[in-house]
Amino acid sequence: MKLELRGITKRFGNFTANDRINLVVEPGQIHCLLGENGAGKSTLMNVLYGLYQADGGEILLDDEVQEFAGPGDAMRAGIGMVHQHFMLVPVFTVAENVILGHEQAGFAGVLKMKEARQRVRDISARFGFDVDPDARVGDLPVGVQQRVEIIKALSQDARVLVFDEPTAVLTPQETDELMAIMQQLRAEGRSIVFITHKLREVREVADAITVIRLGKIVGEAEPTASNADLAALMVGRSVDLTVHKEPAQPGAEVLRVEGLTVLDENGLKVVNDVSFNLREGEILAIAGVQGNGQTELTEALLGLQNKVSGSITLNGAEILGRSVRTILDAGVGFVPEDRNRDGLIAEFSIAENLMLDRSTGEPFVKAGNVQRAFRDEFATEKRTEFDIRSGGINSLASELSGGNQQKVVLARELSRDLKLFVAAQPTRGIDVGSIEFVHKRMVATRDAGVPVIVVSTELDEVVALADRIAVMYRGEIVGIVPSNTPREVLGLMMAGERHTEAPEAAHEVTA
Amino acid sequence: MNPENEAEQPATRAERRRQEAEHAHEIEEAVVAALETEPVPSEAVSAPVGGAPVAAAAATATATKTAAPAEATPGEEEPASNRVLREIMNGPVVLSFLAVLIAFIIGGIMIALTNDEVQETAGYFFAQPGDFFGAVWTAVSGAYGSLFQGAVYNFGKDDFATGIRPLTDTLTYATPLIAAGLGVGLAFRVGLFNIGGRGQMLVAAAAAGWVGFSFPMPMWIHLPVAILAGLAAGAIWGGIVGFLKARTGAHEVILTIMLNYIAFYLISFMLRTPGLLQAPGSVNPKSPAILESAVLPLILGPNYKLHLGFIIVAVATAGVWWLLNRSSTGFRFRAVGTNPNAALVAGVNVKNTYVWAMALAGGLVGLAGVMQILGTTPDGMTSGIDAGIGFDAITVALLGRSRPWGIFAAGILFGAFKAGGFAMQASEGVSVDIVGVVQSLIVLFIAAPPLIRAIFFIPAPDGKLTRRPLRRNSKAVSA
Repeated sequence: MKLELRGITKRFGNFTANDRINLVVEPGQIHCLLGENGAGKSTLMNVLYGLYQADGGEILLDDEVQEFAGPGDAMRAGIGMVHQHFMLVPVFTVAENVILGHEQAGFAGVLKMKEARQRVRDISARFGFDVDPDARVGDLPVGVQQRVEIIKALSQDARVLVFDEPTAVLTPQETDELMAIMQQLRAEGRSIVFITHKLREVREVADAITVIRLGKIVGEAEPTASNADLAALMVGRSVDLTVHKEPAQPGAEVLRVEGLTVLDENGLKVVNDVSFNLREGEILAIAGVQGNGQTELTEALLGLQNKVSGSITLNGAEILGRSVRTILDAGVGFVPEDRNRDGLIAEFSIAENLMLDRSTGEPFVKAGNVQRAFRDEFATEKRTEFDIRSGGINSLASELSGGNQQKVVLARELSRDLKLFVAAQPTRGIDVGSIEFVHKRMVATRDAGVPVIVVSTELDEVVALADRIAVMYRGEIVGIVPSNTPREVLGLMMAGERHTEAPEAAHEVTA
Repeated sequence: MNPENEAEQPATRAERRRQEAEHAHEIEEAVVAALETEPVPSEAVSAPVGGAPVAAAAATATATKTAAPAEATPGEEEPASNRVLREIMNGPVVLSFLAVLIAFIIGGIMIALTNDEVQETAGYFFAQPGDFFGAVWTAVSGAYGSLFQGAVYNFGKDDFATGIRPLTDTLTYATPLIAAGLGVGLAFRVGLFNIGGRGQMLVAAAAAGWVGFSFPMPMWIHLPVAILAGLAAGAIWGGIVGFLKARTGAHEVILTIMLNYIAFYLISFMLRTPGLLQAPGSVNPKSPAILESAVLPLILGPNYKLHLGFIIVAVATAGVWWLLNRSSTGFRFRAVGTNPNAALVAGVNVKNTYVWAMALAGGLVGLAGVMQILGTTPDGMTSGIDAGIGFDAITVALLGRSRPWGIFAAGILFGAFKAGGFAMQASEGVSVDIVGVVQSLIVLFIAAPPLIRAIFFIPAPDGKLTRRPLRRNSKAVSA
């Protein structure tokens, strides 16, 4: 089915999110929509899916003008969407989720679950998915949940499929599998719109590339275009994608973690007997597939985990079992994995967010009073220093784009007197321009002598930033290797294979 | 307490207490019922509060934007005048005002519909429509006129001193409402739904009353001690809730409801037991009268009921304002109230915050109990002394959007309803229940801003009239 958007315009108040967007997606084509966060990609797709009504322009399917009052209309017309944040009911089974919204009932309103299960099996078989129709969706790994979304779209016989940032939550392996699925769908003659801001993926599968910036189409590119060209189109200037850093100059040992074990609520070991050390002026990257204990490890470093054993010493002082407050005061800076949940208060202004973890004493608080003049002065200064793009220091955190939100978190943490800096997924879900900025600041922090721990599931980022790489698998560190370790080796380690050849790794693990 | 007034309508007074007690019970039952069907009632109810802007200064500029979709950052090229106008129109103050207005209009319709003369003239509407509209006008204007005269200024009196008395009555009624509203509103700001106002008021009134009638002391020491005893009792009663929530994870709605029952039956028992709170030689479940030295002095002389409590409550309002908007403790309170996860990561001890916030909230609600026993009814305490204020306080806090001065204003409005409602019933024969309907409608409209926008054709903050972005509202499966 051929999809054509003509002059789509969507305004929110006086803000134009989409400005006369034209787009043609041919059958059997993967059309990439590339753009920074906030460029208007998701808005455009929500217009296409009937979630928003366009203020101007029209949507054509096979040259027929369509009117979508809601997602139901769009689905009936043959448009399917795989959302970035899955629209699934966690407590329902796969089959129940797939039929949700299109339930077919038999006698006395009893759902035809047998047919639904068969449908899931049929589609799974066709694409080689291994999805159990009776599994509870909440129990499935993220990658499988995404397949459920795909099955859901296909069960409605969607001829146009929209993937909205589908790889943001996937591991590298899952991403590769998704790419294969998309190619398979293309081979069946379906039209695919693929929204992303990851350049590598674009070049891998795209047949056509359209770049959106600030609500407007700024250019089309061939899949053969270089990363630098695409990035420049996206952000409107040339972007430095590689991280420039001098070789590390490690100094004295600052952090020593020994035999750290973290139990989850059910008493299962999510971090299992982890030991490593960290010296001044080096970046240790913790690589691994999402959910292998990295989150819990970083939280344990900040005192956010309750059931911990082992030892964490910072400059010789034990911090395991201390309160978060004490650990922050000891000079640990922390960028949480989920900044919206743990890093910022959406309803607070930038200025308030910048003093969030410093509300207990001077200079922000004197005699129980928030020093508002100082707070605002500080915020004004940091807003400039960290290039936080907002209406002002009183803009709410919720009004900022992901990249600017992350800059607020970074500004807050890096402006304290740090002894250790821990950043979990510091560039997740932020645009290319901001990633460059974040990386630069992290290297600058290292060069200032502060040891840095960065957790990332992006291998590119790990390799670019790290001086040493620790790979985690099922709660254990399977090895600590130098940053020049080949990607294939790292990939194998992420799959749980111990890296025994490297003597340094062996040494570090036992240290 | 003006003895003349007290003698004037003893029957009405008793009747009102009975009504209010019933009212209180109904709310409790409704909440319990809601709990059974709705897994997290507090979020649903407090949503309009949580969504409201935090910084009072930026009040108008904020709430409007949080609803904007993720991809739509407000453009800078937007004409300032348009933006300001839209923000004002969608600002909490204007919406609250419009909610009050529309509630009065609906109340007026009800007054007209229930009026005998209106019904009669409606019978020959097509013959003489003028009669009908005349009757409607007479009924509605008479009712609201007497409401005004009963609550603000009585034009029937000759001199200003007597004419203004209704306003002082309003402020007297408002005093405990504001105090309790502050307690509920403070808890809201910390993300807690304090419906334990009744229990906190009862224990506070009992403690203040016990000090007030048991220990003769000079006034300058007796009154402060009695007030502090009440505050402490309320704070402990609220603090228990915070403590249990922090330690066991129990939901504060269930805890506060149960503590309401415990307080009510415990105080009832004590009031029936000689040697505890019961007046010696009496068989009624009532405490002795408060000693003169512990009664809140009348601040405008014996002709007015207004007592020192109003000043205390005004100071408390300023104090809560300072706490929430200027102090570091309040900063952490608000952080916990809007995003406890981020607060935890920022080193805030969230559990302790719950305990302290509930203790403070309980203390403030307790202040309302103190006002009741040492100001409104110093002739002795019954188990109905809370007069439903603990529940009206929820309404007051919602109307005031959990902002201290908003609560202060909302408390005065509700005080006016109380003062004027009876005047309306007495002079116009309009049931005082209409006032209750209007009060409830106000909050209903405040809780549903889209309704107000639809009625007054105000565009929604994100430029759409109806549909909100679905992605924000739906719960996605998390990894």
